Amino acid sequence: MEYFCQQLINGLALGSIYGLIAIGYTMVYGIVGMINFAHGDIFMVGAFIALIAFLGLVAIGVTAIPLALFLVLLIAMAISALYGQVVERIAYRPLRHSFRLAPLISAIGMSIILQNYVQVAQGARVKPLPPLIQGGYTLLESESFPVQVSNVQIIIVVTTVVLMAIFSWLVANTRLGRDMRACEQDLKMAALVGVDTDRTISLTFVVGAALAAVAGLMYLLYYGVIDFFIGFVAGVKAFTAAVLGGIGSLPGAMLGGLLIGLIETFWSAYFSIEYKDVAAFSVLVIVLIFLPTGILGRPEIEKV
Amino acid sequence: MSASADPILNVEHLSMHFGGLIAVDDLSFAAQRGHITALIGPNGAGKTTVFNCITGFYHPSVGMIRLAHADGTTYLLERLLDFRIAKLARVARTFQNIRLFAGMTVLENLLVAQHNPLMRASGLTVLGLLGLSVYRHAESAAIDKAKFWLDRVGLIRRADDPAGDLPYGEQRRVEIARAMCTDPVLLCLDEPAAGLNPRESAELNELLLGMRAEHKTSILLIEHDMSVVKIFDGTAADVRNDPKVIAAYLGVEDEEVEQVEAEVGL
Amino acid sequence: MSQALEIPSRPAIDLFGALKSGALAAIVAFGLFSLLIGVRTDQGPTGALQIEPRLIALGVICAVAFVGGFARALLAGERLDFASYVPEQIKVAAAQVGRYFGLALLAFALIEPVIFYNNRYILDLGILVLTYVMLGWGLNIVVGLAGLLDLGYVAFYAVGAYSYALLATSFGWSFWICLPIAGFLAACWGVMLGFPVLRLRGDYLAIVTLAFGEIIRLVLLNWQSLTGGPNGVSGIPRPSFFGIPFADEENGFAATFGLEYSPTHRVVFLYYLILALALVTNWVTLRLRRLPIGRAWEALREDEIACRSLGINTTTTKLTAFAMGAMFGGIAGSFFATRQGFISPESFTFSESALVLAIVVLGGMGSQLGVAVAAFAMLGAFELFREFSQYRMLVFGLAMVLIMIWRPRGLVATRTPSVFLGKFKEVPAEAVAEARQ
Repeated sequence: MEYFCQQLINGLALGSIYGLIAIGYTMVYGIVGMINFAHGDIFMVGAFIALIAFLGLVAIGVTAIPLALFLVLLIAMAISALYGQVVERIAYRPLRHSFRLAPLISAIGMSIILQNYVQVAQGARVKPLPPLIQGGYTLLESESFPVQVSNVQIIIVVTTVVLMAIFSWLVANTRLGRDMRACEQDLKMAALVGVDTDRTISLTFVVGAALAAVAGLMYLLYYGVIDFFIGFVAGVKAFTAAVLGGIGSLPGAMLGGLLIGLIETFWSAYFSIEYKDVAAFSVLVIVLIFLPTGILGRPEIEKV
Repeated sequence: MSASADPILNVEHLSMHFGGLIAVDDLSFAAQRGHITALIGPNGAGKTTVFNCITGFYHPSVGMIRLAHADGTTYLLERLLDFRIAKLARVARTFQNIRLFAGMTVLENLLVAQHNPLMRASGLTVLGLLGLSVYRHAESAAIDKAKFWLDRVGLIRRADDPAGDLPYGEQRRVEIARAMCTDPVLLCLDEPAAGLNPRESAELNELLLGMRAEHKTSILLIEHDMSVVKIFDGTAADVRNDPKVIAAYLGVEDEEVEQVEAEVGL
Repeated sequence: MSQALEIPSRPAIDLFGALKSGALAAIVAFGLFSLLIGVRTDQGPTGALQIEPRLIALGVICAVAFVGGFARALLAGERLDFASYVPEQIKVAAAQVGRYFGLALLAFALIEPVIFYNNRYILDLGILVLTYVMLGWGLNIVVGLAGLLDLGYVAFYAVGAYSYALLATSFGWSFWICLPIAGFLAACWGVMLGFPVLRLRGDYLAIVTLAFGEIIRLVLLNWQSLTGGPNGVSGIPRPSFFGIPFADEENGFAATFGLEYSPTHRVVFLYYLILALALVTNWVTLRLRRLPIGRAWEALREDEIACRSLGINTTTTKLTAFAMGAMFGGIAGSFFATRQGFISPESFTFSESALVLAIVVLGGMGSQLGVAVAAFAMLGAFELFREFSQYRMLVFGLAMVLIMIWRPRGLVATRTPSVFLGKFKEVPAEAVAEARQ
């Protein structure tokens, strides 16, 4: 029982990270109908930027951890947002009216570029970081298996909740959010009524990238080690989360993320840890075969 | 409307719901064999939805659609999977927004239509791969049939051009020719005159009348253009002045609502 | 009295605007690269990360960005149409040469081992290129002809390789028996994997096939008892010349044919073997294009709904494409296993799928010749940049993006119709639509 509770907590923390990445996938797919293959690698870039920014801040003397982390968060979000914008401008916008396969190939190419660029720039070895946030709380005392929640996990969940709240408010109440929803419903019509579709699409990529950067920082704090390849697997899992929750649905992305985090954690805990990635990928296959619209998604009617 | 009733298509109590939206509400009609039947109505009335139900692209929520061949075999179209309606029941259709294979030549388009007999002749590809003459004969017969229909629609000289290159009116005719290459017993045309100028509409009329006369194909069509609709008995004026038609297209005065409803039978 | 037409004069070169563009580009570059390039992290002696600045690299990149932005702004008014600079006669001559190019390439491939007999490196390279040509032709059936986005083609390559390896090492059957069995098993996998997912659209199909590819790789990696896990399968028997082994023995190949023994014999045999397999793939594809199934594949790529309305069973049509592609991938995998003598899951990563897909897309439009040239170009380029192995993949990714932007239809810009009544006409690439939904 205690073991179960612990896995539950672990799964929710991991799931929050996936959820943040999944939001980027679902928003982009909702608006432009393409899977942004490179999104997982933006998450990886965000993690690296967070790492380097942190080391840099420490080097110039900012040693108060909360302040440093706050600054790192801002820097990582800003620079990742820039990456998101540049990637969209270079690799996707010129192909928006091309044939269906073209943006996908371009996205794969972009993903390869990002992975190898980081590998060349920073080396192929893993980058470790000593745990910055220590400690936690014990929820359940027990001789066999105390249930603990670490401060890192609390921070992850709290940050995610706050960001989700801000973001939901943004989509529902601001002009940008309204433009995004309009573009998602009908891009051509949105353009005809005066929405700047190019700018809206760019901003969608930008916001998605910023959230992925937050996920990257969380990942760095949680696992303490990153390498240039974490984007690929996390990307597929986050996309699975987006599909599971219902592509195009924001709460769906977060719900899907949490579910995937839980599935992965429980599978590793109770079955086998080597096959945990297989479990996540299999979920993707199963969802797409049996429930392609996801849990919270809208069913699509084929127009003949 | 001739007296002898030999319906090729019987639609009974057809309804189509999309979630809460009722697109088609309890529609029943019969199309006679060897006749041209037109489905008319304002935009949004659900005509293409009816077509999609008949040709298997939508699964009707309620209702029965029965197709009867001349030899007596009947098919329940609401139960057949999409491609089987074309393959077994031999119902062919064209689309409102022309769906040709734009990158393939006109001739290739017509050969794709004859896919099923050619597949049989090629022994599910194996015999064809080996180059046996069985397939070669079947292929040249198929090309002859394609040539026949291209000739019939007047486009034989365009046989080797990519279908996407043709002007709109010619693309429509290719689509009809392609549908006829499947040897259908019922041909469903979705707004075949849309976008055609009066001369092209007249040519289309002749084509449809010819197909009915020579090939005994039954035709079901969706149309707005009354000059095309008039090709069966009655005149355009008759149709235009029918109170039910006026009610459907233009609506009725508030005072008249009850009266019209009683007439129509609601 | 007509007024003279006023032809608008060319706008003066906007130097200031170009400078602004350059500066903007440099600033963006600085933002992007300041941390990741400007700072280098490495593990120090204690294991903790240390950083050191790399300002020169950062400076260079920003300068390049500035120049790039500047140049682009300057040339913005000009439409760079390189084709217009080439004189007409050369274009005509090039077109005529183009027709015989395929034959020339085939001739070259046939005599390559003879020319380069003593150059083991070139022979091996030739074998590698031909393997990828075959993989490209196999995937071409799925992606190029039928228009199905398959990002997990490496799965069939792996199934073929492992089937062959396990059959050969466990049962000791000869190459010629194992090869068709491996192809058949790969085709079965194709049907099994394809059946549940083929009704998915475009991008979804792509990512599901990617997931399948990864699942298979992970299973191969972890199912130690069956596949040997990360150690793979070794000791795979090499092929023999129809029963005569390539060994330095009395009944070996060399002795039988009165030649002096040389290890090159086996390599040359392998070369002609893969060439033959590839040519069979090509021949089958070309014939299938002219048969109803091939036309149905191409029609499927254009418009699936129209296909259904013509009575075509789109599910079996897609499955056949998948199965055929899988079979050829599996056969190529068997060849790979026997050539290497050893296989492990490392050879079957997503990068392989991406590479083969890039070859097919770059080749263009389901064109056999285009795919062959693309395979040759990509692998040739890979080999040329062997010393810069770190940058190879980076350049590969860049090439993929650039080619999509510049020439998304691939090298071969036309489609050859499979049958014609009168005149032979090629279909320009832009006319070929990708599946309408």
